[in-house]
Parts: sequence; C-alpha cells; structure tokens
Amino acid sequence: MLDKTIISNLEQIVGKKHVLTDKASLICYSYDATQRKFLPAAVVHPGSTEEISRIMALANQHRIPVYPRGAGSGFTGGSLPTSTDGIVLGLTRLDRILEIDEENLVATVEPGVVTEAFQKAVEKVGLFYPPDPASLKMSTLGGNVAECAGGPRCVKYGVTKDYIIGLEIVTPTGDIITTGGPTMKGVVGYDLTKLICGSEGTLAVITKVIIKLLPLPEAKKTMLVLFDSIDGAAQAVSSIIRNKIIPATLEFMDGRTLDCVRDATSLEVPDSARAVLIIEVDGDREFLDKQAHKIAEIIKPLGVVETRIAETPAESDALWQIRRSVSASLRRVNPDKFNEDICVPRSKVPEMIRKIDTISDKFGVPIVNFGHAGDGNIHVNIMIDSKIPGEQEKADQAIAAVFAGALELGGTMSGEHGVGIMKAPFVGMELGNAAIDYMKTIKKALDPNNILNPGKIFPSDV
Amino acid sequence: MAKLKTLEDYRDEIKHCVKCGGCRAHCPAFGAEHHEGRVARGKIALADALLDGEVDLEEQFLLDMSQCLLCGSCYAQCPNKVHTEEIVAATRREIARRKGLSTFGFGVATVLKHPKLMNLLAKSGGTLSSLLFKKIPESSGLRLRFPAPFISADRTLPPVTAKPFRERFPEVIPGKEGAPTVLFFTGCGINYMYPKSGEALIKALKFLGVTILIPQEQACCGLPAVSAGAGETVERLAAINLEMFGKHKYDTIVTACASCHSGLGQIYPGMIDGEGDYQKKIRDIFVYLVEQGLPEKLEQLPRAEKRIKVTYHDPCHLRNHGITKEPRAILKALPQVDFIELPGPGSCCGLGGTYSVYHYDTSKKIGAKKATLIEETGAELVATDCPGCIMQLQDSINHAGGNQRAVHILDLLAEALP
Repeated sequence: MLDKTIISNLEQIVGKKHVLTDKASLICYSYDATQRKFLPAAVVHPGSTEEISRIMALANQHRIPVYPRGAGSGFTGGSLPTSTDGIVLGLTRLDRILEIDEENLVATVEPGVVTEAFQKAVEKVGLFYPPDPASLKMSTLGGNVAECAGGPRCVKYGVTKDYIIGLEIVTPTGDIITTGGPTMKGVVGYDLTKLICGSEGTLAVITKVIIKLLPLPEAKKTMLVLFDSIDGAAQAVSSIIRNKIIPATLEFMDGRTLDCVRDATSLEVPDSARAVLIIEVDGDREFLDKQAHKIAEIIKPLGVVETRIAETPAESDALWQIRRSVSASLRRVNPDKFNEDICVPRSKVPEMIRKIDTISDKFGVPIVNFGHAGDGNIHVNIMIDSKIPGEQEKADQAIAAVFAGALELGGTMSGEHGVGIMKAPFVGMELGNAAIDYMKTIKKALDPNNILNPGKIFPSDV
Repeated sequence: MAKLKTLEDYRDEIKHCVKCGGCRAHCPAFGAEHHEGRVARGKIALADALLDGEVDLEEQFLLDMSQCLLCGSCYAQCPNKVHTEEIVAATRREIARRKGLSTFGFGVATVLKHPKLMNLLAKSGGTLSSLLFKKIPESSGLRLRFPAPFISADRTLPPVTAKPFRERFPEVIPGKEGAPTVLFFTGCGINYMYPKSGEALIKALKFLGVTILIPQEQACCGLPAVSAGAGETVERLAAINLEMFGKHKYDTIVTACASCHSGLGQIYPGMIDGEGDYQKKIRDIFVYLVEQGLPEKLEQLPRAEKRIKVTYHDPCHLRNHGITKEPRAILKALPQVDFIELPGPGSCCGLGGTYSVYHYDTSKKIGAKKATLIEETGAELVATDCPGCIMQLQDSINHAGGNQRAVHILDLLAEALP
C-alpha cells in the first residue's frame, strides 16, 4: 500500500486519470509473458520526460520501488512489479515518432512506440530498422532497448543495441540526461548508451531513443530446406556463411518440433525430415535468384530431403506458416511451456541439440528446439503439465542442466530475453562473483536507494 | 432447453491464456484506448480474478468488461486459441446474475457516470421512440442495440420500416418441382430496417428456383443479448429458434447477416444441449450462392458499360468463421461492379453488438479509421454482408464527411439479376 499523500503527489504530477489504484487495474498490470503475477500499489502513466523526472525524484525521496513497463510482453519478468509497495511506470502514452531524418538516416522516437509501427513508418520512406523480435507487433521500442531484443534478422544485421546511437534517460534520482546523439561517431566519455541497452530497466528510465537506420533492401527471397539430420542443417549454416553469403535470416527447427507440427497441422512435413532451415536472403532483386540457387547448390550434399523456394510474397508467407504454427502445435504436447533462449557459437548448435535431447530423456520432460541457427540462438522449450506433482521440479532441473550445457560450449544462458527474475537464480553460473560485484557497484552508484526495478538480474536480490 | 455456459465452465480455457500480449496488436478497443483492461489479455486476467474471488464487481471492472466488441479479432490471432469473446460474454452474464442489473446494465452504469452525456441522450431520445419502433418486439436485439434514450443525436440510423419484411411474404414460396427447400432466417436488421435486402435475397433464391421457407415464428438470434449479458433472454430466444429448426422440413438455413450467422452457428452449438442437425445446414447466403454456382452464371451476363466502384468490408462474425472469399466472389462476378480491395478489410467497424450504444465515442474512433480506409480506395460503395455493419459504416462515413454509401451485397445482386 502507498501512503495517500504519495498517491495525491503522483496525481498532481501526471493528472488524476493517469494514476490507477483500483484492484481491477492493478490486476491488469500485474503480469507479463512469464505468467507470474505481482500486484503493484499503483499504476502511473506519465505523459512527458519531465513528469517521469518528478516521479523518480518523489520515489527516490520516499524509497518507493518503480517498475518501468512497455507492452509487458517480456519472457523473464523484467517489468514485473515484484514489491507490493511498488509503482508500475507505464510508458505507452509516450508513443510518438518524433522525427525520421532522411538526410542522416536517423530517427528519434519515444519509448512507447510499437516496434512494427516504427518499421512500417520508416519503410514508407525507403528506410529500414532491422531488429525483429517475435513480439514486434506489440512490443515497444523502449522495451526492446531495455532488453536488447534480437530476432531472426540478427544474423546479418545485429541486435537492437547495434542501432541505438543515443538516448534521453531519467536517472533513478530524477535527473534528465542524454547519452550519445544523432551522429554516427562520438567518443566523449563513457558509452552510456550501450550500458543502458540491455540493462533491463534497472539503471534508468528510457524517455527518448535515437535510432540509426539503413536503406531498405529492394527485395527478399525465402527458401525452406528440409534435412535428414540436425547436423546437416548445422553444416549448411556454416557452409553458406563460409561461402561468403550472409542470409538475412537462418531459422531452424529440430526434429521434435517438426513432429509436433506434423501431428498438429495439415502442413506437409515428410517423415524423413529431422530438421528444417528457413533461409531468407535480401538485397537487389536480380541478385537474389542467383544467391538462392547458389545456396541450394552449396547445401545439396548435406542430407537435403527437400528444398522449396518461394517465387512470390504469398509463397514466402506459406513457407513461414510452418514456423508460425509451432507455438500452437507445442501446446498439444503439454499445456505449460518454459521458453529459454540460450546462445552458443553457431558451430556448436548440433552438439547443443544432442545435449538437450539427452537432458530431455534424463529428466523425462519433452523438450523441443527451434530458433536462430545463424547466430546460434536456440529457443529451448520445456513442455510440462505443471498440474502434475513433480513436473515443475523436473522442469527446473532440466533448465539448470540446459544452462550448464550451453556454458560448457562457450555459450550464454540468454541470447535475447534477458535475466529479469526468471534467470536471476542462475546468473552466478555464467558470471563470476567479481563480475557480479562489478555490475552491482554500478547499480549501487547510480541507484543508491535501489528503487528502480529492484529485484532483477542479480541472484542475491531475488 | 439449451443453456449457456457459465463463467465457471470457462475456468480451464482461461488458464490457456499465457499473457503473451499478442492481442494488443489486434484488439480494436485497445487500439482506440491503450489501457491493459481494454485488451483480451487484461479481460482474461480479470475474469480469472473474479472466479478466484480476488476482485469485486467494482466500477473499473464493469467498465473494462463493457469495453469489448466481441469481434473475436483476438481469438483469430491467439496462438492458444482462447475464446475471449465468449469469456467476456460469460463474465457479463455473471455480473448480471450477481448484480441483477437490467439487461443493458453495463451501459447504463457507464452512462450514469456522465450526467452530461445522459442529458444529451435523453433529449435526443425521440428518434427511435416513434410508433414504428414500438412495432419491434421487446425480445428483438434491436431494442438492445438502440435503447431509445441512449442514442446520440448526431447518429445516422436507418428508418424503421412501416411493413416488416416477414409481413411482406407468405411463409412458403414454392420453387420448381422437386427443388430443395431453403429456410431464410431473416434476423431483425432485415426484418425491421433493411427489408429491401431481404427482398433481394428472395429474388436470388427465386432465380435458383428453390422453395423458400420463411417461418413466421422465428425470433431474434440473441447475439445482442449475448453482448448485453442477458443470459435468460438468449436462452429464451434460442429455445424458440431451436424449436423452429426442429419443427420444419428444409435442406438449408440461410442468413444474410453476419451476427445471425454467428448466433446460430456459434452461440447455439456452444450452449449446453444446443447442438443439433440444424448446425450443418447453416449457410451464409453467399456461401450458399457460390455452392449453387451463381458466380459462373453471373459471369455469363454482359458487362455493364457504366460500372460502379465497390469495395468490401469483412464483418467480424464472418471473417472469424473463415467466410471471406464467397462474398467477394459474388461481388467480383457482378456485371455492374468494379471491385476494389479494401486495406485492412477485416478490421472491426466498431458497432460490436451493444458496444456502440454505450461507448459511442470509442466506437466512433474505431469507425473513423475504417471510413478513412474506405475513402482511400476511391470506391463509391462499400458493400458488406451484415445489416449492423452497414449501419455503422454509413454512420462513420457521414461523420468523416465522405460521400460513399454502405450497402448489402444483396442489393447489388438484385440489380444484376433478370
């Protein structure tokens, strides 16, 4: 519960109708895609940077936890208001695209702009913002920056932080500062922009984002290749890249995922297929056909069961259908899904898949894998029915084993979802004590009262 | 008697929502107002909390639950196929059960909180309290859609006909010998407001030579009552119609209204003891006409020299059932029509059962988006397959200052048939 005076102070700052304290509204801001639930004390929707600055100053003075929130579509609980006396700081009112500068290929946006809406706006003028997390239809750019979101196109184009060249932020104590700027170069002082990208809302509230854009590729071409083994698919990835072709997208699904899709849909998936790659190349139109056929040649000896190449956008869409059907298909295996997002060096993908199959068998829980083969980012889906006693414990053990396996191969436990609260207990496995202390020292210096998104990332805070 | 499911019956389905937030990209009510209580995910969380006794029927809860058009856009895109539109309707019934609110109690509760709006609405109440409106039975969904004191003065509504459609025809219109019998479920929109579209349908069926059956005892499908949370009314109407379907002999049931199609084809079979032989006989009129090969026959007609540019709006309650190709097939085959595809053809018009009555401002915002898209096509007419959509589209176009007309595809079809 929050003191009445605090509520009335908040109402003075943002206006009465933008402060919600009724039970129904608190319930509506108590969750994200982790399905965990924490009721906050209030939900506040500020309308400007200045208002956010005043809220942070107030919260810092009274030691009130503040939890910034975009669309609430995260998988690790980064936006969850884990403390009952906390305030959810909803940033969706700040949803304007402030500028698209076609001279300098730079855009400035507010944090609540939905990623897909921004992509469409820049594509209208022939420009391109590549990061494409699966949530792009609903997730916000502020959230994407805070989590350093990835997506299929990262294999060629990199992740969110590679496009963020400047920010306006409000510090945990209420100061407004800018980091970086609209220039392509800038080395004055520490690179705070990169520090904030992926900091999961623990170091600052992002209030403006300055984004670098690319020219929009003229066209793209999609192909779907079915392999008789995961090794064939993995070798295909390496061979394509070794032959100096970087596809825009290199998505894979393993044999167990294909089994689910085959069972649940009417899509054609031959029984002999144990892995699939969806490959997309983009660029000048005349050059794409050549590239697609070169790829087909390169991978031919690697156990290809079938190759389908889309000639039209409608055909391309049909090829993606197999990938889009995965989510609903998995649900038929078991009702509850734990979606982890480990990343390993891309040459280690087959070894990792084999490790995961062993873990699945050892703990007796179905695990299916798909994801971004081009950058080694594997979505590991542990499927259980949590209503059955003991299943949750098995899943927890399997998750820990998967993380350990990824680390053994020189990988990481999270490629793009972040740590939040879900992975916080495991962070010590990946980061040494000294590294955690180093990070916590930064956090403590910038947020001395630990009021901005507390309880996230670091294991001891959980 | 067929019974509606209770909120409790949806407990398992509610758990299938994984809170991914995908619905945020597709909900028209959320698109007009960015509050998590507006979107499917929020409503599911609230319904869940109500079942667990975690939340009371407080003001914000009622407002959030009233802010749903039951359009099913969220369901269409939901990876786990959670029927939010059914869960919201069940929650509204639960509210009505607990609070004993009048059938459109949500709306009343909302309006009462805005005394100014209330005054405005009361002043303009004359529009529909006319003698003609009194001809519409108390049980008709139109009463719920247009409770007289709540209709805003600046709203375009079609006039209520002096002679309802079903009074214009005998119960049976015999076709060729041995021809199949088609039962026409008229719905309230065609019966009281758009009888011309009904006449057009009769012309098309006569052209095919089938026997037409228009049972006089048919009642409102009940969809507006579903929207209003009036469970008992729905069950009473379903009982009348299900008895009618059981009593008569026919090969096909046709509807010319997306809402009725959904009422008969989704609401009734979803009720406890609501299933029956009638289910597989239900056809939207254009699905039926396409099955009967009408497009091929129309294509043999000489193309008109002077043609009219027409676009098409997909009613939510047909789009959700995958009926999108057939209405277009008929439109495209019409000799006097140049068809233009509408961008975002399946986005909701904003009517939403009783939604537009109580949330006219949000409804207008949703409608305004649609009006802009229609304007951009350069079409003179926007055709559709639902009297409710026609009404809302015309109102939205008028507010936007456009000069397009909203019509039923049947009206255009009747012009083309000999």
